[in-house]
Parts: sequence; C-alpha cells; structure tokens
Amino acid sequence: MKDWRYWLAEQRGTLVALAIFALMFTIYISNHPAGLTTNVAQTAANKGTLLALVAMAQTLVVITAGIDLSVGAILVLTNCIASMVVTGNAFETTLGVVFVLFVGALCGALNGLIVIYGRLQPIVATIGTGAIFFGIALILRPLPGGTVNETLADAMTGKVFGIVPASLLMLLAIVLVVWLPFCSSVIGRAAYAAGSSETAAYMSGMPIRRGKFAAYTLGGLLASIGGLFLTFFTYSGQASSATASTYTLLSIAAVVLGGVSLFGGRGSAIGAIFGAFAFRAIGDLMFVFDFDALWQPLFQGVILLLAVSIGALGLWRVRNRLEWFG
Amino acid sequence: MSDTTMGRISERMPRFIRRIEPPVAISFACIILLLLFGGLYSSAFLSADYLLQQLKVASFLGVIATGMMLVILLGQIDLSVPWVVAAGAMMACAATAYGPAATLAAVPIGILCGMLIGLVNGIGVAYLRIPSMIVTLATNAVAQGLMVVYTGGFSPRDFATEEMRYLATGSLIPGVPNALIIWAIVGAGMVFVLTRTTFGRAVYGIGNRERAAYLSGVNTRRVVMIAFIAAGGLSAFGGVLLAGYASKAAQGMGDAYLLPAIAAVVLGGTSILGGRGSYLGTVAGVILITLLLSILSVLQMPEAGRQIIYGVVIIAMLLLYGRSPANQ
Repeated sequence: MKDWRYWLAEQRGTLVALAIFALMFTIYISNHPAGLTTNVAQTAANKGTLLALVAMAQTLVVITAGIDLSVGAILVLTNCIASMVVTGNAFETTLGVVFVLFVGALCGALNGLIVIYGRLQPIVATIGTGAIFFGIALILRPLPGGTVNETLADAMTGKVFGIVPASLLMLLAIVLVVWLPFCSSVIGRAAYAAGSSETAAYMSGMPIRRGKFAAYTLGGLLASIGGLFLTFFTYSGQASSATASTYTLLSIAAVVLGGVSLFGGRGSAIGAIFGAFAFRAIGDLMFVFDFDALWQPLFQGVILLLAVSIGALGLWRVRNRLEWFG
Repeated sequence: MSDTTMGRISERMPRFIRRIEPPVAISFACIILLLLFGGLYSSAFLSADYLLQQLKVASFLGVIATGMMLVILLGQIDLSVPWVVAAGAMMACAATAYGPAATLAAVPIGILCGMLIGLVNGIGVAYLRIPSMIVTLATNAVAQGLMVVYTGGFSPRDFATEEMRYLATGSLIPGVPNALIIWAIVGAGMVFVLTRTTFGRAVYGIGNRERAAYLSGVNTRRVVMIAFIAAGGLSAFGGVLLAGYASKAAQGMGDAYLLPAIAAVVLGGTSILGGRGSYLGTVAGVILITLLLSILSVLQMPEAGRQIIYGVVIIAMLLLYGRSPANQ
C-alpha cells in the first residue's frame, strides 16, 4: 500500500465535503442569473465564512469527543462586546479586537476547565455555560445597537484587489495560523488521541488534558472571530437567543456535513469549512430556482436528513452484527 | 463527608429514605431551600395558590421531560423537541378546520404527529445507526420546514379546541389543575414502565451497554425505536397542552423547552450517558427548574440575571453529584 492511500482514507470526510460543496456551488452558479461574478462570489463567501468560523470552533471540540452547545452563545456575547469596543481610531480598534478575541478564548477556556477538571459531560456543561454567556450578553446589550469601526468592517467583508473576497483570505489565514499548527503539534495530536480513545492516549502518555484544554480554548477563540465577523456584517450587536441557538445547531450540521465524526478523533476543520459552505450553498439553491422562500427550511432539513443517512450505507459492509453497537 | 459516615447516618434512617439516591435528595433539598428563601421575601411564595400554579406550569415541562428522560436513559438525546412541540400544538389546532369529528380528535392528532417524527428519529438511530444528536437535529429541521410551509411563515390563526383548553387549564377535581393530574398520570405510567416491565429493564440495559443487552436477547433496535416514538408523542402532547394553556399555537413555542428538559432530567440524577436514573429525580429536576425561574422572575430579576443564575445552578449542582469517576 502506498502513502497516498493512507492519506486518502484519512481525508475521506474532507474530500466528500469538498465534493458536495463543489456540486452544490456549481449548480448554484450555473443557474444564477448573473453567473460567477465577483459580487456573487463575495456574497457567497461572506455568508459561508460566518458559519465556517463557528463550524471550525465546533470541530475543535468535537475532535476531542466533546460537543460545545455554547458556541452560539459565545458568538452572540463576542458580537455584543465587539459592538462596544471595536470603534475609534486604529489603535483603539486594534485593542478592541484583541479584547474580543481574549474574551472568546476565556469562554472556551472556562468550558475546558469545567469539562476537564469538573469532569462534567461536555453536553450538559456547555448548556450551563451557554446560559451564562448569553446572560452576560444580555446585560451588555439589553437592546440591539452599538457601532463598529466601519473602515475595518468594510475591508473585512469587501474584496481585495477587486477580485478575491477578503473573508476567504481571512479564513485561509486562520487555517494557516491556527489550524495547521494545532493539528500538527503534540497538543493537537493529543486532542485527536483523546477523542479517539482516551484510555489508550492516557496509557501512551499523551498530554490529554493540555490537548483538550487547547481545543476548547481555541474553539472559543474561533467562535469570537465569528462574533467579530457578525459585527462587521451588521454594524451592530444584538443579544438574540435565536441567533445563538441557530448557530449552535447549524455548526453541528456543518461539522457533520464536513465529515467530522461526532464520536471524536476523526475529521478536520478544513472539512468543516467545506461543510459550512456546502450548507449555505444548499440554502441558496432555493433562490436561484425561484422557489418560494417558505420552502427553504424544509429543503435544508431534507438535504441534511439525506446527507446524514448516507453515512448509514456503511452498515451494509458490516459482517458481524455486534459492530452495530460500536 | 466520607462515604462511611454517610453510610452510618443513612443506616439510622427509615428504609424508604435510604433508598433515595443522593441527587434526588439534593434536588428536593434545593427545592425546599428555594421555597424558604422565597418565603423570607414574601409569604405569598408559600401559599397553596402559588404552589399549585407553579406545579401547573411545571407539568408542561414535566410531560416533555418524561419523554426526554426515556431517551437519555438509552444514552441517546432528542434535539427535535422544539419543533415537535410546535408541530404537535399546530396540528392539534389545525384539526379544528376539518369538521367536528376532527375537532374532537384534535389531541390524538397532535400526539400522532409527534409520534411520526419520533418514528423517523427511531428508525434513524436504531436501524440506520446514525448518532441521535444528528438525526434529531435533522428531523427538527424537517419539522420546522413542514410547519413553516404549512403556516406560511406566520403564527397559525387556528385556535385551540375546548378539550385542549380544558385539559390544560380546567380542573376536574376542584383546586387541582388538570395539567397536574395529566403529569401525574404520565409520570405514573413512566414509573410503571421503567420498573415493572421488561421494556423498562431493557431501556436501562441498553443504556448501560447496548452490546450486552443485544447478546442477552433483547431486541435492542425495537426498544430504541419505541422509546423515540414515545418521546416524540410526549413532546407533542406537551405542545398540545401548551397550546391549550395559551389557547393557540405559535412558531417558536417549543424553543424554550429543549434545554430545560435536558437540564431537568440531568439535575434529577439521570446520567447523560444513559443507564442510570430514577423518575423521582426527573420530577425533582422539573419542579426545581420551574421554581427557580419563577422565583427569579417574581423577584424582578432581569432576563440576563435569570439566565446567568440558571447556568450557574446547573453547573454547580452537577459539580456536586454529576461528575464522572476520576479513574482513567
């Protein structure tokens, strides 16, 4: 067996996500009245990037066999904070951005501490912390409002050289600066190992706790970048529980489409990015085919249901029924 | 306090108290503490009227949490609660448009819709072996889509039938709300199923180790599917009652019930990994959460503070008794 076959097997989820995205996006573009113009690409990129950031945040936690139900609340909290501090001159704005990222990482770190040292199940622990984060967001912004440095906002949601959407470049930068170093480092491998088999990882002397902690913290950080990005879109902050729960649920959907195993230990943030973009493209398909917008939620739901059922095809290969119970 | 002192103390207690698990005891202790604390603020908190009113409000969450508990005992989770609740309520209200016979059958129609969604969940989890978190998320999206198409994106204009309103707000026995009686019946049924039937034992068995249950001859897939159908039906029934209480159905009416239902079950000592937990604990969890939210709102705590305290209480109580064992 050659190396590329191992690589292919490891990246299968990511490649499937890429294929789904490519297919959906091609159908979308070929039926779009304007075709593939830079403006169409920019809109699609901006919508996808926001979900992609939250999905990456979710991926980091899911890799450790956990789940972060507070990711939407972190997004909303950092959105509210960003609408207060990311203003003024260049220096103040920079400080504001750093502060927002710090708060996001802090939220993630809190989740990590409760899960690792409190030994609570991630699903219930993050329900609790999610309520706390959302409560703080409500205190900061009881009513929608606020403002943001518009030059920065327009730059981040605009185009570079009039062609490439800035949001895609930012996503690429995050992959290069955060994701790739993480997953090739010992700590990142420990996060994968902890998700794959915590006992085996412990026996092999992997730094499980540090790996998990890093995953949760980076997850919070990425969610806060999502919060910043949401602020750049809307030029304001809003403590909306609908936004929080929608993005939490969509992040799980995007992660699943992106080929990340919810049982942990398998998948990559790059797959989650494609999953997020594919999910957005599916939603946009409705518009180019002139369906009533009312049908969009149903269409998205059915596609999601079909997509997750495809994973069940693996059952046909099972020789021993006991393997059903994994 | 070490285990031995705990053991020595509990030996002196009557047998029926000894059988109560610590989480259940702690939850009930917290309920009493909350009531005492509220009583210091105003004696109205200890009046029978207020307590009955709270129990009535709690019974909607109680019915929904009953279904959630069944699923959690299996080691699964049901994230489709929000739109199953809404779908049950909307379909029951919609039945009024199809003549008197359908109006009479409004409640069963609503429950049936929930059971159908539960059936899809059950098939996905039990036979297709898709993780429950994903299947129920997807069916939630489908149910939402169906309801949005059906209602045209607005809250439906149909009103709840007389029967639904009577179930939710009337009182058959003077002074005791019907909703509470319904919760008691549902709860009694659940206790019977869990403790006195092979199905109940199979649920605990699967929650502990599905592979072992399968090898012991349990038809695990059918048990899991039936549990999801029951959970869907109970969620929808909760929705029907809510619609009767508010006298109509609304778009986002189920959103506020997913996380409290999970929290109530888990606070009551049921392990989120499945296989362990008693219904008494779920009752305690439901009452605890309802009382907590109610007292905070009577104290005119703003929504923000309520959310924060709610989150802190969940985490603090779970840190008390919900921790996984320390050994690796």
